Amino acid sequence: MTEGPEFLNALILLSNYVVLPAITYGSQLALGALGVTLVFGILRFSNFAHGDTMAFGAMVTILFTWWFQSLGISFGQLPTALLALPVGILFTIVILLLTDRLVYRYYRRIKSKPITFVMLSVGVMFVMTGLVRFIIGPKDQNFADGARFIFKARDFKKWAGLSEGLALRSSQLITIVVTMLLVAALFWFLQKTKAGKSMRAYSDNEELALLSGINPDTVVRVTWILTAVLATTAGLLYSLDKSFKPFVFFQLLLPIFASAIVGGLGKPIGAIAGGFIIAFSEVCLTYVYRKFLIYLLPESMEPETLVQLLSTEYKFAVSFIILVLVLLIAPTGLFKGKVV
Amino acid sequence: MSYLIGEGLTGGYGGPDIIVDCTIAVDQGEIAVIVGPNGAGKSTAMRALLGMLTMHHGSVKLDGKDITALTPQARIGAGLSFVPQNDNVFTTMTVEENLEMGAFIRTDDISGTMEEIYELFPILKERRKQMAGYLSGGQRQQVAVGRAMMTKPSVLMLDEPTAGVSPIVMDELFDRILEVKDKGVAVLMVEQNAKQALQIADKGYVLVMGKNRHTGSGSELLANAEVRRSFLGG
Repeated sequence: MTEGPEFLNALILLSNYVVLPAITYGSQLALGALGVTLVFGILRFSNFAHGDTMAFGAMVTILFTWWFQSLGISFGQLPTALLALPVGILFTIVILLLTDRLVYRYYRRIKSKPITFVMLSVGVMFVMTGLVRFIIGPKDQNFADGARFIFKARDFKKWAGLSEGLALRSSQLITIVVTMLLVAALFWFLQKTKAGKSMRAYSDNEELALLSGINPDTVVRVTWILTAVLATTAGLLYSLDKSFKPFVFFQLLLPIFASAIVGGLGKPIGAIAGGFIIAFSEVCLTYVYRKFLIYLLPESMEPETLVQLLSTEYKFAVSFIILVLVLLIAPTGLFKGKVV
Repeated sequence: MSYLIGEGLTGGYGGPDIIVDCTIAVDQGEIAVIVGPNGAGKSTAMRALLGMLTMHHGSVKLDGKDITALTPQARIGAGLSFVPQNDNVFTTMTVEENLEMGAFIRTDDISGTMEEIYELFPILKERRKQMAGYLSGGQRQQVAVGRAMMTKPSVLMLDEPTAGVSPIVMDELFDRILEVKDKGVAVLMVEQNAKQALQIADKGYVLVMGKNRHTGSGSELLANAEVRRSFLGG
């Protein structure tokens, strides 16, 4: 074999197993972290219930997907779940507003400390986990339909004439496109609309926002609505890409918080950057580089071990280490967010 | 009967009373200044007019109507406007967005008012796309006053608008405040720079220990030997 294809093969291999999965996972983390960062910026507490809010939203969406499927409604090549997503979002909005009314509002009125809110959110998290497991059960749920691949590895190999293939799954493309649309819409809302600007003002300087006549109740309500949209979408995209298992969303809290903090808490742009940083670190550190190096190195230097920096079971340690490092070295994160 | 009047104000922030039987009044087209030593309750008196503290006695009347029971937000809606001493701009938002937020409660077209503010503070027009957090202290104060003016208030309250700015910027700010007064706005100010403030004031209140010690026109207070000795440095 010649040098060229070897190099190309290595590149394709990396794209297929590192870049594409990391972009997909990063998008999901970014959406999750955006929700966390919004709540932190405006309601000023770390919402531990966010992971389970994602689970709740995804669950409702899945229930309605099944119902749509049983009615014979389909979305052609696209998964039916996308049709059910607005319904899932609606239910999540209702449950978040209800939670705020029943749990958080009282403590906001008496001006409780942030730690009180964090503890409240832990309580909300337990209730929400219980609710999800009670309704849909703790097991893996299958709800995916539509085309699985945009193009398959085999077709790519034939087309490119390489020994390595690149596959693009529909769930990956859907994740990336939906994330881009949602992020663009969110930024437009925050930058250009009066309601969005009032949210930024409230986040920037609460007292001055009140003195300007900004109604805090409206700001809080809009924040929960946006959080519901982001959490449900993130939860569904993750479930489409991997699978829906309720307990996974609790584990996802760590990388999501790490993303939000790395980018700077309260900064939407930071949440997005943080999501991709965490995703790429996780995937890069747990990837097995053996085959990649075999392509690139001369035969005499070919590695005999797996060349994996960290076993996949430790992937959550990556977020944890990054989180600790950021908090130690630059607690405000990349985009100068708030310090917890 | 003054346009805005707080009579017999007694109250504090939940603990002991910081102001006791304090009376502050201001009319439209007039500047009233509250001066006094540190801890005299100057800012507290102003916050009492805004409804930002727990009151035990006293009433606040705006244009003859009793507004004592209104929340700060409702008082803003009624025509009061307030520039706090610290954190008085949205630092992560542009100058223009700061002004827009000032006009949040308005539903009509605000472009005319914004033009007026830019006429009053030309530098803000130049800087309108810049983050308010990156401006100099003096420019920030201009943004803060501009933001407060966006509601077209009938009463403008300023808590130490010249704190931490250079003497030149201070004179400049006082000139602008005089212009605001000439538009028929009632201006109430708390000031550390008592002498300069009293020079432009129509009315002055000297507070000591949360009580009215001297009240009079700006020139009367400047001429008062006791006031000069105790508060104006001779």
